[in-house]
Amino acid sequence: MNDAASIRRTKERVRWGLTYAFLFFFAAITLIPFAWLICASIKNANVFFTYQFLPLGNGFLGIDWGALTTTYYKELFNGSNFNFGRSILNSIFYASTTATLSTLFCAMGGYALAKFHFAGRDGIASLVLGCLIIPGSLLLAPSYQLLFRLGLLDSFAGLILPALAPAFGIYLFRQSMINAVPTDLLEAARIDGCGEWRIFFTVVLPLVRPMIGAFLLITYLGCWNNFIGPQIIIQTPEKYPLAVEIAQLKGLYSINYGLLMAGTLISVAPVMVLFLFLQKEFIAGLTSGAVKG
Amino acid sequence: MKPFFSQARLTPYLFLSPFLIIFCVFLAYPLYESAILAFSQTYGPSHRIWVGFANFKNMAADPDFWIALKNTFIYTLASVTIQLPLALILALILNQPGLKGRAIFRLIFFLPSLVGLVFVAMMFSLMLGDRDGLVNVMLRGVIPGFPQEFPWLQNYVMPSLILASLWMYVGFNMVYFLAALQSVNQDAIDAANIDGANAFQRFFYVTLPEIRPVLGFVVLLSVIGSLQLFELPFVLLGGPGPERSGLTLVMYLYQNGFERSDLGFASAIGWTLAILLMGLALIQRRLSRNE
Repeated sequence: MNDAASIRRTKERVRWGLTYAFLFFFAAITLIPFAWLICASIKNANVFFTYQFLPLGNGFLGIDWGALTTTYYKELFNGSNFNFGRSILNSIFYASTTATLSTLFCAMGGYALAKFHFAGRDGIASLVLGCLIIPGSLLLAPSYQLLFRLGLLDSFAGLILPALAPAFGIYLFRQSMINAVPTDLLEAARIDGCGEWRIFFTVVLPLVRPMIGAFLLITYLGCWNNFIGPQIIIQTPEKYPLAVEIAQLKGLYSINYGLLMAGTLISVAPVMVLFLFLQKEFIAGLTSGAVKG
Repeated sequence: MKPFFSQARLTPYLFLSPFLIIFCVFLAYPLYESAILAFSQTYGPSHRIWVGFANFKNMAADPDFWIALKNTFIYTLASVTIQLPLALILALILNQPGLKGRAIFRLIFFLPSLVGLVFVAMMFSLMLGDRDGLVNVMLRGVIPGFPQEFPWLQNYVMPSLILASLWMYVGFNMVYFLAALQSVNQDAIDAANIDGANAFQRFFYVTLPEIRPVLGFVVLLSVIGSLQLFELPFVLLGGPGPERSGLTLVMYLYQNGFERSDLGFASAIGWTLAILLMGLALIQRRLSRNE
């Protein structure tokens, strides 16, 4: 009797052992490229390929600290025929403007579709769904032409304006507001004489705060990582966001590996930090459309 | 009764106006234009003449189109058959009741999907180096007899793309699966357990039917994303790659539209892609409706 119980316990232990071994193995594979990237951006050229991670030697902890360098980072910000610092600012401006405004507009649109009855509502709702399956690449050529005619080529406006009210966002906010915003509460606020805009900003928005966080981050990431849009629309190097700048650097400095990896690390790090702050909302928002729908 | 043009009547339209304006200017109008462009020859961004089906005929006669189509299909197939099962397995493991550190593992697995495709391409362009690249060094450590030199980016372009996208997207898809699994009714699984069902039976007869809608959604999302692959090979290979082994449909569109400035031809490619996608979306809806 005792035997059976102990066999079961051993079996359980082995099962958990295997589970954790597998998870740690996968976690290691996932994280190793990040560690490699950090090391690659600080190793000097002589030891770049000799050691995959930090150069080994006689220094503290068995690492050759002398072979580490910050040259690449200095080079990035003092480059004579490129302007990396400017690209960082461009990316921050492009991503934060688009994220803030499109979150506001999507919340407004989603609210109208979720909480009002009006002529054409069902038509607009199905229009939003229809937009979801239009591939972005189909619109590249005609949008280029349109931006040319509007005089918006090579401008941030040309990059930002078309991205300000994505159907995807309207859909997400509509879905979350149907449940999260009680209609009675809106009625009560109206009876108290509250204006529609005040209701929206002081009653509705606080109720969908997690979705706001998630959508801000989704949009921010999307802009930060967007390549094909700015690659086509932006022509002046001073206006390049990071994704385009990095691709350009790869063409110019194809063998200055440390420089390229330092640039990549700087491009990747800010969104990682942002994500760590907002990760709970982000994952909840990401999956809400799928699980409910 | 409310007057016809009261404030209350106008409110929802006011809230929707940013979407409606942007929809009309930057979506509906370009969509209409692209339909005309697909049947036109363009001269610069502002002149065009109607040429009927010539763009589509030229496209069908261009071997590059067929190479791009083939590559795109292989990549998409690999995404669905390798990436998604792996993501599901990972989600099932993470969903075991009593597992410690679930949130931290989920966070770790999700991290790579935050890195943009361009930056992933930058990292892998070095990590896939044929001699001393990290991937080869690791494989040599794990697989005895793995060759000293393995030219990923010269001879194994498609496996390179699949590898990079595995690193990037397995955790992303896992998050969806995990969310779905967490909403599966645990009582049904316990009941099956008491009835003597083993782990595989429990998965195929209880869990799988419950997560089917999410599975369909993730497959569709993955197919749509894969069919539009562009940045990864474009930056990783600096273009279509050796013998165009990394040429994808969107790269083909980009080359024709923006390197050769043939916006009409690019629109024809765009519509071909759109029709492909809409066909697949319709099939997916049919399948999920039949449940």
